[in-house]
Amino acid sequence: MTDARVAGVGLTHFGVHPERTSRDLFAEAGLAALDDAGVAREDVAAVHYGNFMGELSEHQGHQGPLVAEALGLDVPATRYESACASSGVALRRAVRDVRNGEADVVVVGGAERMNNLETAESTDALAIAADGLYEVRAGMTFPGAYALMAASYFEQFGGSREDLAHIAVKNHANAVDNDRAQYQQAITVADALESPPVAEPLHLYDACPVTDGASALVLVSESYADTHDVSAPVAVTGTGQGGDKMALQDRQNMATSPAATDAATEAYADAGVSADDVDVAEVHDCFTIAEVMATESLGFFDPGAGITAAREGVTTKDGRLPVNLSGGLKAKGHPVGATGTSQVAELTRLLRGDHVNSEHVADAQTAVAHNAGGTVASAVVHVLETVADTEADAA
Amino acid sequence: MSDRVRDDGYDDAIDALAADEGYYLACPDGHGSLPPRHACPHCGARELTETALPETGTIDSCSTLHVATPAFADDAPYVLAVASFGAVRLTGQVRAEPGTVEIGDEVAATVGESATTGDRLVVFELR
Repeated sequence: MTDARVAGVGLTHFGVHPERTSRDLFAEAGLAALDDAGVAREDVAAVHYGNFMGELSEHQGHQGPLVAEALGLDVPATRYESACASSGVALRRAVRDVRNGEADVVVVGGAERMNNLETAESTDALAIAADGLYEVRAGMTFPGAYALMAASYFEQFGGSREDLAHIAVKNHANAVDNDRAQYQQAITVADALESPPVAEPLHLYDACPVTDGASALVLVSESYADTHDVSAPVAVTGTGQGGDKMALQDRQNMATSPAATDAATEAYADAGVSADDVDVAEVHDCFTIAEVMATESLGFFDPGAGITAAREGVTTKDGRLPVNLSGGLKAKGHPVGATGTSQVAELTRLLRGDHVNSEHVADAQTAVAHNAGGTVASAVVHVLETVADTEADAA
Repeated sequence: MSDRVRDDGYDDAIDALAADEGYYLACPDGHGSLPPRHACPHCGARELTETALPETGTIDSCSTLHVATPAFADDAPYVLAVASFGAVRLTGQVRAEPGTVEIGDEVAATVGESATTGDRLVVFELR
């Protein structure tokens, strides 16, 4: 079996771009990824594309062929929808395409247009990731669901709003120099604590913003990279996916996310690594509490121990295990369908050494991306590792 | 209440809850779930029996929501909770002032209306 190599990455600016359609956003990211990879257009075999709410925000379904066309490609193209994990599952499919020999070159990514909706409308649209009968009709919202998880976590393990505030402060600090990020402003713990409540105990600065943007990767087979002199020094060596009951009320424990644990276990085994080997991670911090639960699911901390990691400097940029060096969903932004592959784009650049924050992980060899859908009824984990680069060696 | 088409299973369960005859579905292994179901979501068993919902539940988690979807714009702020009723949990709004509800509180489940749309929903009353 061949490893899938990341040959190219592309990102739009993540932010408020209500006038830009998904096809426009994805064209920018996808063509940037193809240019970064330097592969021939005719070698691309497929497009795998994540998008969550195109029907609601743009009255546009069937976006697979739409975005392939936007890249100037005439190939099979499929849109994947798994809420906020949409492009994570698209990536998993793309990795498998390359591994099983079905394709030597694939484009995978995602896009989301959200800010053309009013706040109430986007709140409504995001809520469809919950159970429509038994959650949404009772008044569940996306922040409300994570608030229930946070309250349950505090009850079982302890923790405080101040602990969560340190996560927001860390992720904002990481985004300051990331010119793709929605928020390039540092914030203080006091700013976070004094922000208005959204769903208690979560306040505005515990939440990711509403974001428009796109991300894309070009994956190639090892043999293609070798024979075409394509520089691809990062490999996707592990992939895993987990599932759970759709509604929070049907989970055994609202303060843990076993779907992510399952995904991590599978991805680590696939790559032949353990949590201890991970040097840097991008995790799905749609809310500050989500970063805590993600890092615990990934095995970086025992259940109940992740809450203080940012506050104690373990996960900060110069800590033992930097988490969300891109700024994370919290500060980089969360264009829902684009998030999963944007994490891998950021990690690839961090490992390649051409990310603005690469200096903080100069010796890193192993990275993990954790992408979650809904209240983690879907979870996808990928392991990335640096590999000897044939093209770079030859040069 | 809006005149949407009924949802089999869900609307039947809400009708029953409104009539103080709330039920859930129990499988032979005792797992609980809410209709419509053709299989137990926990073990896959096909034999599901309508079973009376306990009168009293316990709040497992709760939050005061300040930002609502348009369907609850006039209801906010409201207290949303997940409460255990034996083998099954329900999600509903607690008919109590924000700040007065805590995890562990005992509640009864019934059916109320959204102040915004008049649509019915599961509500909890503190016992």
